[in-house]
Amino acid sequence: MEQGPAGGPGAATAAAGSGGLLLPLSESEQQRYSELFSRCCPPPEAAAAGGSSNSSSVGELFRASQLPPDTLHQITEVCGAKRVGYFGPAQFYIALKLIAAAQSGFPVRIESIKNELPLPRFMALKNDSEVRYGTPAELHGVKFQVPHATLEKKSYKRTDEGDKQEPKSPPMSPICSPPASPSTYQRIPLSYGYGKSRSGLEQQHGAPYEVRHTTHQQDGPSSGNYGAKPAVTCSTLNRSLSAEREQQDSSSHYSDDPWRITEEQRDYYINQFRSLQPDLNSFISGSSVAKNFFTKSKLPIPELSHIWELSDVDCDGALTLPEFCAAFHLVVARKNGYQLPEALPETLLPEYLQAASLKPIRDSALFESYSESLPGGQQARDFSRTEKASAEEVPDNSALIQDAKKDENQALKVNTALKTIPKEFQHLTVKTAAQESNALRARPRSRSYSSTSIEDAMKKGEEPPTPPPRPQKSHSRASSLDLNKIFQQNTQ
Amino acid sequence: VPVSVICFPRQNYPLYIRSIPTENELKFHYTVHTSLDVVDEKISAMGKALVDQRELYLGLLYPTEDYKVYGYVTNSKVKFVMVVDSSNTALRDNEIRSMFRKLHNSYTDIMCNPFYNPGDRIHSRAFDNMVNSMMMQVC
Repeated sequence: MEQGPAGGPGAATAAAGSGGLLLPLSESEQQRYSELFSRCCPPPEAAAAGGSSNSSSVGELFRASQLPPDTLHQITEVCGAKRVGYFGPAQFYIALKLIAAAQSGFPVRIESIKNELPLPRFMALKNDSEVRYGTPAELHGVKFQVPHATLEKKSYKRTDEGDKQEPKSPPMSPICSPPASPSTYQRIPLSYGYGKSRSGLEQQHGAPYEVRHTTHQQDGPSSGNYGAKPAVTCSTLNRSLSAEREQQDSSSHYSDDPWRITEEQRDYYINQFRSLQPDLNSFISGSSVAKNFFTKSKLPIPELSHIWELSDVDCDGALTLPEFCAAFHLVVARKNGYQLPEALPETLLPEYLQAASLKPIRDSALFESYSESLPGGQQARDFSRTEKASAEEVPDNSALIQDAKKDENQALKVNTALKTIPKEFQHLTVKTAAQESNALRARPRSRSYSSTSIEDAMKKGEEPPTPPPRPQKSHSRASSLDLNKIFQQNTQ
Repeated sequence: VPVSVICFPRQNYPLYIRSIPTENELKFHYTVHTSLDVVDEKISAMGKALVDQRELYLGLLYPTEDYKVYGYVTNSKVKFVMVVDSSNTALRDNEIRSMFRKLHNSYTDIMCNPFYNPGDRIHSRAFDNMVNSMMMQVC
């Protein structure tokens, strides 16, 4: 049977279930359910089928409950919607109750819902009110929501947009590095992530330190979540961007800048880059690889063209890692409704991104090169200590951007040079690199000193390999007689 | 004041048109279209042209009473035509060359964009900005 079109306070009508099921609903449940029902069901007066819910929005809502699809199917069956073919208010309410039961761990059966149950939890809720309804009831799970109601709400804000191919996994990246304090704002690799999964709280202390370690540690879990399904970049894009969305209404000590890349996003982008191009220091060719990749995002071509234009700063038709991150970030932003900027925002400039992202990468690469060439590893430790020490200092953003370009380029060169130059020069470069990183962080003004020393070191390092070839002129006065004889012998 | 900048590919249809002032634009279009003949003439006159920066710049195509028309062709036979106000006598040849060079550079940047199909109309914002700034600069 179906009720009148009022999806609203037809709560009492829940009593008339599909199987004549009397469903006692508590006050809060009534309110919640009717609200959810009206959300799923567009203006009741307009609904021709007499108040029955639009199945797609219902589907979305159910998926947002984070239950596995089988359970959802079961619920749909049990509540009777399958039988009648649509979600009338009765079916809907029963379904909601079943969802609550399933979330509490009860089997999906009619009997379960006769008990007192907490309210069903939906991760996609956009209304504050719904979250608040969750709190008053006696809730084991929803306790999490109480103190972090705002956090979770924001972080899950957009998850219902994406598809639900991973309903079991937490919607956000497992790398939860919730901000420890306002001072995190000042660090370039900012940890904006909130308690994105419920266990995020426990990771609170571990995470900021994790951030500074090499990226392999972060790769594992994050690639597990995202790298597994490269085809669904869109869905996971939305998830990673909800971190961004929350920036807008986040508290004042985070930047409200949607163009700032968070740690999780960066890791995700780096993994995607890696899937296209294993060498992180190399680039992705534009015309084939990158084009196909970004076309998958289903943005219109003119927009993609604009995004490319913005992010390919050196206009070489290829994307390096920072350029790729910027481009990906812009794609993500656009997919989430942000207008593309006219010019590349400062936080997406390659220099900026390189300064932020290359530190961990540099650490790992340098560690490798140290371990192979320097037996003691002493210098590796020194270097890593100086790196970490320097990372803890508060860099000045603007100075960093100016410095970063030149110094990071040199750092890159130091990086590669370390692998090729002979040992006697390595000590020099290590020290100068350490000095450079210190100078970079501590005294941006005096970087001219450090950079010249690096250049010197590099020049020394790079010169030995090949002397320029001698000009082979047989008739020039400058050439020696010996050479002439040699040539004549060769030609004869 | 370069009153108009137009860019044509090999097939001689306009890829990009920008004019200041925007009224009477049709007149510029017409002028430029007719100047294409002169451009083609110059190109064919070059024969086995040395691919040289100097050769790319075609110079003054023809003067009319109101304005002068300059041309430039790239290696791939993409032509740039610029219409400049005659009264602006301060505009020297070198400046025109440098403007064409900037156009050419911006055009190459556009070509690097994998989402740009050669032969499409140019909608690039960077290109627009460059042309605007160029026009304003000489203004």
